[in-house]
Amino acid sequence: MLDDTQNIYLRIENLWKKFGNFVALQEISLDVVEGEFLCFLGPSGCGKTTLLRAIAGLDLQTSGTVEQAGKDVSNLPPAERDFGIVFQSYALFPNLTIKKNISYGLENAKMPKAEINARVRELLEMVGLPEQGDKYPAQLSGGQQQRIALARAIASKPGLLLLDEPLSALDAKVRVFLRHEIKELQRQLGVTTVMVTHDQEEALSMADRIVVMNHGTIEQVGSPLEIYRDPASLFVADFIGAMNQMPAKAQPEGVRAGAAPLFCTHKFPHGAPVIATIRPEDIIPTAEPGQNALETQIVSMEFLGSFFRAILSSRALGDIELMADFSINAVRRLHLAAGQSLMVQLPPDRIKVFEGGK
Amino acid sequence: MASVSDIPKPFVKPKLGRDDWMQRGFMAMIAIYLIVALAMPLYAMLSKAFSTYTFDLSLYEVQVSDKDGNFNAPAKTLLALNNALDPKPIKRLSTSNTGRKGVTKLFPDFSFRSPVKYRFRGIDENAVYIVGSKRFTGPDWQELDSNTFRRVVIRPTRDVGLSNFVTYFSTPSLFQSIQNSLLIAAISTVITVSLAFWFAYALARSTMRFKGFFRMVAMMPILVPSLLPGIALIYMFGKQGFLNGLLMGQSIYGPIGIVIGSVFFTFPHAMIIIATALSISDARLYEASVSLKASRWKTFWTVTIPGARYGLFSAAFVVFNLVITDFGLPKVIGGKFNMLAVDIYKQVIGQQNFEMGAVVSVVLLVPAVLAFAIDRQVQKKQVALLSARSVVFEPKPDRKYDRIFLIYSSLVALFIVGIIAVCQFAAVIKFWPYDLSLSLNNYDFDRMDGGGWGSYKNSLLLALLTAIIGTVVVFLGGYMVEKTKGFAKGRALFQALAMLPMAIPGMVLGLSYIFFFNNPDNPLNFIYGTMIILVVSTVTHFYTVSHLTAITALKQMDTEFESVSQSLKQPFYKLFWRVTVPVSMPAILNISIYLFVNAMTTVSAVVFLYSTNTALASVAVLNMDDAGDIAPAAAMGMMIFYTNAGARILHALASRRLLKRSEAWRKGG
Repeated sequence: MLDDTQNIYLRIENLWKKFGNFVALQEISLDVVEGEFLCFLGPSGCGKTTLLRAIAGLDLQTSGTVEQAGKDVSNLPPAERDFGIVFQSYALFPNLTIKKNISYGLENAKMPKAEINARVRELLEMVGLPEQGDKYPAQLSGGQQQRIALARAIASKPGLLLLDEPLSALDAKVRVFLRHEIKELQRQLGVTTVMVTHDQEEALSMADRIVVMNHGTIEQVGSPLEIYRDPASLFVADFIGAMNQMPAKAQPEGVRAGAAPLFCTHKFPHGAPVIATIRPEDIIPTAEPGQNALETQIVSMEFLGSFFRAILSSRALGDIELMADFSINAVRRLHLAAGQSLMVQLPPDRIKVFEGGK
Repeated sequence: MASVSDIPKPFVKPKLGRDDWMQRGFMAMIAIYLIVALAMPLYAMLSKAFSTYTFDLSLYEVQVSDKDGNFNAPAKTLLALNNALDPKPIKRLSTSNTGRKGVTKLFPDFSFRSPVKYRFRGIDENAVYIVGSKRFTGPDWQELDSNTFRRVVIRPTRDVGLSNFVTYFSTPSLFQSIQNSLLIAAISTVITVSLAFWFAYALARSTMRFKGFFRMVAMMPILVPSLLPGIALIYMFGKQGFLNGLLMGQSIYGPIGIVIGSVFFTFPHAMIIIATALSISDARLYEASVSLKASRWKTFWTVTIPGARYGLFSAAFVVFNLVITDFGLPKVIGGKFNMLAVDIYKQVIGQQNFEMGAVVSVVLLVPAVLAFAIDRQVQKKQVALLSARSVVFEPKPDRKYDRIFLIYSSLVALFIVGIIAVCQFAAVIKFWPYDLSLSLNNYDFDRMDGGGWGSYKNSLLLALLTAIIGTVVVFLGGYMVEKTKGFAKGRALFQALAMLPMAIPGMVLGLSYIFFFNNPDNPLNFIYGTMIILVVSTVTHFYTVSHLTAITALKQMDTEFESVSQSLKQPFYKLFWRVTVPVSMPAILNISIYLFVNAMTTVSAVVFLYSTNTALASVAVLNMDDAGDIAPAAAMGMMIFYTNAGARILHALASRRLLKRSEAWRKGG
C-alpha cells in the first residue's frame, strides 16, 4: 500500500456520477501517486471511462471532488486543468500534418517558433517516427497514428497523462509492441498516468497499480501481483485470469466441496455457503494421497502454446470440473492424456474462499 | 445498486470556461434568430387565424342631457339603443383588428351643433373607445359636447375561437380547394414516384450508356422556378399551342397542367431519394437470390422493392409536400382550379382578407406537417437499414434490358429537356405564333412590368446573400447543436426549431412575416420591405435541409476532437477554423449552392415580402405572366436557369479543386 514517502498527485474523494436515473459511479475514492502508472480495469459499462472523463473534466461528476497537485479542480473545465489525453480513435486532426498536430497545443503558449520546431522534432524522435513529420495522419498506420497522438498529448509536458483504451483499435501484434513502448516512455518521463482498459493482460503488464471496477464501484486497488494473487472479491478473482470456482459449505478447518473436505483458512461461520476458488496453475500433480489430495480423471487436454490446460473431474467433487494447467515437461514426465486418472493436490494456501451465492 | 437519491449533496456545479460562455453566446444568437424568424411569426399567424374581432355594443353606456346640460335621462347601453331602432343602425358587428365604429348613428336626432351633452363610458376595462386621438377605457364617465361626441369611435373586442374556420368551411368555393389540393398532390405523387423509380433503377441497376448525361438532365428542374413548366405548357398546349391538338379538347389550364408541371419540378427530388435508397442495397442479397435461381421478376419483388421501400415512401411524402405547398405553378396554369396555396395569395393580395389568409394557411399546414412528420419517421428507419458491411451492387450487362432502360430514360430526359427547350424557344421568338423570327426583345425586361433587369439583379443579390449568410448561420448552428457540451435542453429545443421550417409551406411563412414584421409595434418593423427580410425569410425557408447537411457532415467527425483541443488548452474557435471548417468544406459548399439555387427560384415566401425596390426575378416571371407578357416571363425564367446552371458549374469546379487539394489527407496513401 501507499507509504508516507510517496506524494499523492491526484486525489478523488467520494465521487458519484449519474446519467438520468442511472448511477454510473458511486462512492469512488482513490489516490494516485505522483509518477505512477495506474490502470482502470473492468468490463464494459463498469464506469471506468466515465471516471477518466470526470478526472479530465470532459464529463463532470455529479458529486464529489477531484484534487490535482493539491488544487481542487472538481468543477473546472478541461482547458483549466493540466492533462494530456489519448483516445482509442487517436483523434488526430486529419487535415493537419503530423508536425502541426503535435504543435497544435504549443502554438499560443508564447513559445518561439524555433523552440516549437525543436520540441516537435524531439517528440517525433521520442515516439520513434522522426521521418514522418510532413505526412498526414491518414498516411500512417494505426500504431503510428497512436504514437503521434501520444506525442501530441505530452507535447506541453502535462502533469497528468490520460489514456482511454489507447490500444484497443490496433491489431494484436502492434498492441503488444506499443504496450512496452508506452510503458517505457512513461517511465522515462515520470508522468503520472491513468489508463482505461478492458484488457486484463494490458493492465497486468503495464500498470504499477490496477483499479478493478465493476458496476460503478471500485472492487479492488492493488499491484498487478496483489490483484492476481489475492483478489478481494469473487468478481476480481473471476475477471483477472482463469479461476476454478467450487460451491462449498464452510467448515471449521476449511470447506466441504461436494464430498471433498478441503483444508484452507477463511472467516466464514460453520455451514455458511461459500465459493472456494483456486487458479488452474496452482493445482499440482502429486504422487501420494494427503491433505487436499483428490483422485481425478482427465476429461480432456488442450494445448495452449506454452502449457496444457486439462479438464479434471473427480468423484469427490461431484458435478464440479476443475481446470488445471500443467507444463509441457510435467505432461511428458507423467504421461498425461485424456482418460487417465491423476492424483492432484489443491494447496491450502492457494485456496481463496468467498461468500457463496444465495 | 445505489439509486440517484443516494448521491450526496452538494452536486458539482460546473465552472464555465471562456469557451462555454462564447458557445452559449453563439447558440443564443442563432436560437434568437430562429425564434424571431420562425417561431414568433408563426405564432402571430396562428393567433390571427383564431382571432375574431367584433364590436360589443353591450360594453358601452351613454347618457344624454337635455338642452340645458342636465343629465336627467337614465344611461343606456349602445346595444339597447341599437335594438330600439328599426332598422338597426349598426348591422355588421364583425370586423378586423383595425376596425373602428362611430356611435352617432344610434342617435337619429344627433346634430353636432346641438347644445345637448353626452356622457360616455365603458362598463369595464375591456371596453375601449377613442375620442379624437385619445384612448379611453373603463367606467369613468367622459362628458362630451355634441361636436366632440361625433368623434367618439369604439374599438372591437378580440375573441379567440374557431369562428374564422366556421366561415371557411361554410364557404364551398374555399373548402373545395382542400379536395383539389389533396387530389392533385396525390396524382402527382403517384406519377412522379413511378417515373423517378424506374429512372433511378435504370441508373443503378443497368449498364446502359450516357448515365452521366441522364443524371445531369434529371437535376435540371431544380434550377428553375416551379412555375416555369407552366409557361412551357402554355406554349405547348395553350390556346395557340403547337401541340394543342393532343389534349383532345381538354384545357391545359387546370388539373392537367398542374399535374404535368408538378411532375416536372418534383422529379429530381424523388429521383435523388430513390437513387440513394437503391444505391445502399446490399449486393449479397442479389447474389443469394441468383444462387437460389429466383427469376428477375421475383428478385425484383423480394429484394429490390423491400430494400427501396423506405426510399419510395420518403420520396412520396416529399413530392406530396412539394406539390401541395407549391404556389407558382397553380398560379400560372391553374386557371379557375383553386388550390390551397393559391387561395392564401388570393385572400391576402386579392381581397386583403388577412384573417382568411391565415385560416387557409392553417388548413395547408395540416397535410404539410403530417407529410413531414411521417417522412421523418420513415427516414429514421432508412438509416437503420444501412450496414457498414454492405457490398456495393455492380450491375451486369444485359442487352435487352439495357436497351429498354435507355429508351425509357431518353423519354424522361426528352420531357425534361423539352420543357426547358420550349421556354428557351419562347424566350427568343419575336411574337408567337405570328412572327417566328429570332430576337432578344423578350430579354428587354426594362420595358415590361415586374421590375425589369433590376429584379434580376435583386435576385442575384438575394441569392448571394442567402448563400453566404445562410451558410454561416446554418453551419454555426449545426456546430453548436452537434459539438458542444452541456445545455442539453437548449440544444434539443434548437434542434426542434431547426427541423420546423421543412414543415412550413413558403406561403405560410411569407404570410406569417407580414403579420409579425409589418406590425408597427414590432421594433424589427424597419426590415419590412427591405432586402433583409427577403434574406431572412429565404434562409429560414430552406433552413432544415441545410441544417441536416451540416449535421451529417459534423457527425462524421471524431467526437473527441473537441476533447483533445480542450486538453491542449486551445479555444474552440481555433479548432473550428483549423479543423472543423476545412474538413467540412464539401458540405459547406453543398449548403451554399443549395441556398443559392433555391433563393434564385423561390416564389412562395417572398411573393408577400418584396417591395418595389426589392422586386425579384422569380416573382417577375409570375407578374409578367399575370400581365400576359408570357414570352418575357419565359425569358426571365431562362435567366434564372442560366444563372443557376452557371453557379452549379462553378460549384462543381470548386468542389473538384478542393478535393484535389485535400486528397492527401482525405484518402491517405
